[in-house]
Amino acid sequence: MRSLLTLFLLLTSQVLLGAGAVTEYRLDNGLKLLVKQDHRAPVVVSQVWYKVGASYEHDGISGVSHVLEHMMFKGTDDHPPGEFSRIISENGGSENAFTSKDYTAYFQRLEKSRLAVSFELEADRMRNLHLQDKEFQKEINVVMEERRLRTEDKPTALTYEQFIASAFVSSSVRIPTIGWMDDLENMDLDDLQHWYQRWYAPNNAIVVVVGDVEPEEVLALAKKYFGPLKPEQIVPPKPRLEPAQKGKRYIIVQAPAEVPYTIMGYKVPVLKTANESWEPYALEVLANILDGGDSARLTREIVRGSQIASSAGAGYDLYDRQAGLFLLDATPADSHSIDDVQQALFAQIQRLKDKPVTSDELERIKTSVVASNVYEQDSSFYQAMKVGQLEAVGLDWKLADSYVENIKAVTAEQVQAVASKYLLDRYLTIAELDPLPMEKGGKPGAAANGGGHGH
Amino acid sequence: MDTRKIIRLGGLLGSLLLLCLSAVPAVHAMPAIQHWVTDHGVRVYFVPAPELPMVDVTVTFAAGSVRDADNPGLANMTSTLLDMGAAGLSADEIATRIESLGAELSTVAAREMAMVSLRSLSDSAYLQPALALFADVMTQPNFDKKDFERERQRKLVAIRRSEQSPSAIAGYRFFHSVFGEHPYAHRVSGMEDDVKALRLKQVKAFYKRYYVAQNAVVSIVGDLDRKAAEALVQQVTGALPAGSRAAALPPVADLSKANEERILHPSTQTHVRMGAPGMHRGDPDYFPLYVGNHVLGGGGLVSRLHEEVREQRGLSYSVNSYFSPMEQNGPYLLSLQTRNDQVDEALAVMRDTLQDFVDKGPTEEELVSSKKNITGGFPLRISSNSGIISHINMIGFYDLPLDYLDTFSGHVMNVTREQIIDAYQRRVSPETMVTVIVGGES
Repeated sequence: MRSLLTLFLLLTSQVLLGAGAVTEYRLDNGLKLLVKQDHRAPVVVSQVWYKVGASYEHDGISGVSHVLEHMMFKGTDDHPPGEFSRIISENGGSENAFTSKDYTAYFQRLEKSRLAVSFELEADRMRNLHLQDKEFQKEINVVMEERRLRTEDKPTALTYEQFIASAFVSSSVRIPTIGWMDDLENMDLDDLQHWYQRWYAPNNAIVVVVGDVEPEEVLALAKKYFGPLKPEQIVPPKPRLEPAQKGKRYIIVQAPAEVPYTIMGYKVPVLKTANESWEPYALEVLANILDGGDSARLTREIVRGSQIASSAGAGYDLYDRQAGLFLLDATPADSHSIDDVQQALFAQIQRLKDKPVTSDELERIKTSVVASNVYEQDSSFYQAMKVGQLEAVGLDWKLADSYVENIKAVTAEQVQAVASKYLLDRYLTIAELDPLPMEKGGKPGAAANGGGHGH
Repeated sequence: MDTRKIIRLGGLLGSLLLLCLSAVPAVHAMPAIQHWVTDHGVRVYFVPAPELPMVDVTVTFAAGSVRDADNPGLANMTSTLLDMGAAGLSADEIATRIESLGAELSTVAAREMAMVSLRSLSDSAYLQPALALFADVMTQPNFDKKDFERERQRKLVAIRRSEQSPSAIAGYRFFHSVFGEHPYAHRVSGMEDDVKALRLKQVKAFYKRYYVAQNAVVSIVGDLDRKAAEALVQQVTGALPAGSRAAALPPVADLSKANEERILHPSTQTHVRMGAPGMHRGDPDYFPLYVGNHVLGGGGLVSRLHEEVREQRGLSYSVNSYFSPMEQNGPYLLSLQTRNDQVDEALAVMRDTLQDFVDKGPTEEELVSSKKNITGGFPLRISSNSGIISHINMIGFYDLPLDYLDTFSGHVMNVTREQIIDAYQRRVSPETMVTVIVGGES
């Protein structure tokens, strides 16, 4: 589970890649190939990204992208179930896959001479997956176990899921990536077959390779393995724009828990949806003013200063495919209530509207961004993630290169302007986790709002 | 303090947005490790890495929770308080200065180690002031009463929150049950009552005893030469008193009988932890046990446990086994989690799979396959500065030979089926294992 957290942090770390270091190709069948050289060690990271995730789904089939990700390890016409992983393993590789609301990606880390092994297997399962009911019946149970592990039995995760579903009534941002339990229970092989047919094709995929490789050699391998694959007619998802919110929303989630928790979010634009392209960068700086390290305002002022919160955070992802939320969350300190901690967060927001942030704070964030740009080069996996994620949501990977510049251009006035424009009650949804007693041996999850359960 | 984490959200949201097929095992070429001991006894391990303009430094003290004695949580509290004010600077001032330099500073305590780490740009305009702050945190912590009380309250909330998690409960109950009276038994954080009972004077005394030169290992990877590395070590640890190395830990007793503990929890899943004392760093059976376990449950998406529990039966999302070699025998742990009404079945499959492996060992094919994965994947483990520093730190802390990385693959290739069967039969007894089961009624 540690790896997941790491991935998530990596995903949301908005840092720059070494300028001009990516070589871009497109095969005749539409597959995009991005290659970045990192010659520090004789290794390579290979990732295949598909433009599909939970935000492409609709009611009744939530979680299908993620279930399909699991089934991608369950055999093709040429390779029986499990063989993919055995071959990668015998080649000294480590592998995995991940699904988010905007993309599904598969990756291997290998000694550099083994890149062809990865390409051959990935190309095979891009078009020739053999979905079998026998395998599906077992794997759907694994996914339901995963849902219990990640959501049902984690009060904060349960709260987050309900919160997002309340903040958005129409936009597919509301769909949980893991899927609602009832949808998982009613999923069938046809759902997966349709989903695979619709989205898994070279013209809906991006292959990212980072490591001790020569771009032209990688291109030759890609042509050999991915080149022969037939493209698909890809019909993009409907926009499903969220209707304007008409006032503040507040929900309470009751679940057995020991510690209360609150999360709140304001509807904000992202890079893809913003009319003013500087705004997402200003929101990014704003998130850092509040929570960019231990010297940022939330920790300094409400955790260490007033000690109203035991922990507090803020977050924003400017690279989402659809308009999203500027998030704040907190756990109250023992002697304080949920209301106290919410008021403390509101006071922080009010201050951002009332007074420009200081030049020292801006300077600190800009220095951090520049330093992080160096540190991130220690991870070839992360470098691959960065470009893959941008391309997968339909943004240009070169945006990664202008990130530092765009952050440096943000002024205190712009930060104040986005706070005043977007951090308003009418764009706000708040969720509160109201802990129920942890009745030892009580009926599991009986009170958990919205939690479906096993057969 | 990772300044790159733009979304932190109190650390709670991390796992919500991205789903992995499975937990990823740690990833890793052959770096030449330079080693020396300073005049006042600091052991130094250094690998130059000029490719990126950055430096990583970790100072590790034998000051983990095994040193808590009658005060569980003491090592953890001491570690936490280091950067909460030092050399007359407040926590706010330290954080602001470090982050204004683009540096990352962290402190963490585990069972055996207490680590203080710094990542900085190698440009001396950034590195020098960052090292000065790093030295202050390690050598002149304020240990202010107000900071102590606040951090105590925060830890109490964190401990209570962990009681929401069947996995966390199973985790600490497992250690308790396997290690009994041994210092490995108690939770690093301590329990609620332990933390309530801590006193600042205990923290100060703990710091004075264990944060000393003889008890420290410094690991450095980055863009600097040997001379600069020597100067760095002097700058960072020069003010530490020589002191003495922490005493050797007592041996861990083997278990004489099985023990099963069931704990009710209002969860939809039941978490199972099964195991016993395993092996230690430098153990003569290290390689047969390590390679054997890779076949049984350590090989990620390819292992017997994964095959039997998940692939064949769909019983659990995550199922694995691993040895945690420590100074003394650390735990051998098998774990899974499943829907409440399936726990007996899942546990039976896990036990049968283990018993069969102890009886018969791996097939020749499985062994070859595991060796290929371990040795073929070895370059991945040390392909980054962060990968290298974690390995040299482990080599330094446990006094392993300097050629440990060079000889690792050779040792793995030499392991035979017979050695694995012999080692498993002598060292792993399913009939005297601890099983901890935490979950709801079916």
